[in-house]
Amino acid sequence: MSWNDRLAGENDPEVKQALRNFKASVESWSEAAMRRPSVSARVAAKVAPRGWRVAAGWALGCAVAAASVAGALYERQHKQEMARMAAAQAAAQKAAQEKLAVGQLSARETDQDLLAAVDNDISRAVPAAMEPLAQMMDSGQADDNGTKQ
Amino acid sequence: MQPMAAGAAQEIAARDFSRVVESHRPQIFRFLLASLRDVDLAETLTQECFLKAHRNWSRFRGDSSAMTWLMRIAINLQKDHWRNRRLQFWRNTRANAVDSDEAGDWLASGERTAEQQMLAREQVAQVWKVVGRMSDRQRTVFLLRYVDEQELREIAQATGLSEGTVKAHLSRALGKVRAELRGKR
Repeated sequence: MSWNDRLAGENDPEVKQALRNFKASVESWSEAAMRRPSVSARVAAKVAPRGWRVAAGWALGCAVAAASVAGALYERQHKQEMARMAAAQAAAQKAAQEKLAVGQLSARETDQDLLAAVDNDISRAVPAAMEPLAQMMDSGQADDNGTKQ
Repeated sequence: MQPMAAGAAQEIAARDFSRVVESHRPQIFRFLLASLRDVDLAETLTQECFLKAHRNWSRFRGDSSAMTWLMRIAINLQKDHWRNRRLQFWRNTRANAVDSDEAGDWLASGERTAEQQMLAREQVAQVWKVVGRMSDRQRTVFLLRYVDEQELREIAQATGLSEGTVKAHLSRALGKVRAELRGKR
């Protein structure tokens, strides 16, 4: 020791030795502690794998979330497509039914027209020689009606 | 020219400070480690000490040596730490810090015999035990003297005590060490 101002107790050989050992012990401990990686390095080393795990967890979570959203979107789109197809099919069926109904109606009208035309033709096909008789029948019918009234 | 001169002065100051850190860091760390007996805490407070010193480096007038100035900062940081945590350090630290037995294990083997080593280890443990019973101020003075080997004047400057008070603390501390060593026989 290199003190200029020694204290009385410092000259006791036993105390002196104990203090020397104490100093050497603290120095060895301190040197060993200083040689080890610093707190920040150790914290970084501890955190790094955890950080990697967290990052991987986040990535996995994001992938799952993205897959869920994509699945839901696909499902929705699929349903919409199916609904659109069903609606189109229903509309086509309805249109076909309407067309059929219209066709039937027009066919019926055509038949009636035809019958009416035939009747007309037939009624007009009375021979000319029979025309006066036909007129008489018509007028006779009219008279009968008038008498009855 | 003015900004260049200021820049150059700053650069010189930064270089000076780097040199101060390099040369005094082991001593500051050793003192804090012996005071706190917690490696992580000692490391943190050492960094804090130099950070504080760096912030105030321009105000350091050189009235005392850089070492004394740094030691004063370290002592204050240590005091603040325990005051803030409201812990009776030597009573509570054992639960979460390095055990004094472990601190005593650090002993350079040198060329001693196994018996001498055992005796030395026992002596170190006894001194740690006495240190553990000292007041904060007495412990600081004791460690500055017997671990850092500082002169009484330097200890007085670093602690803000008078040389007489430092002497009184050391005499009492030595008495305790002697009593512990004699009592163990």
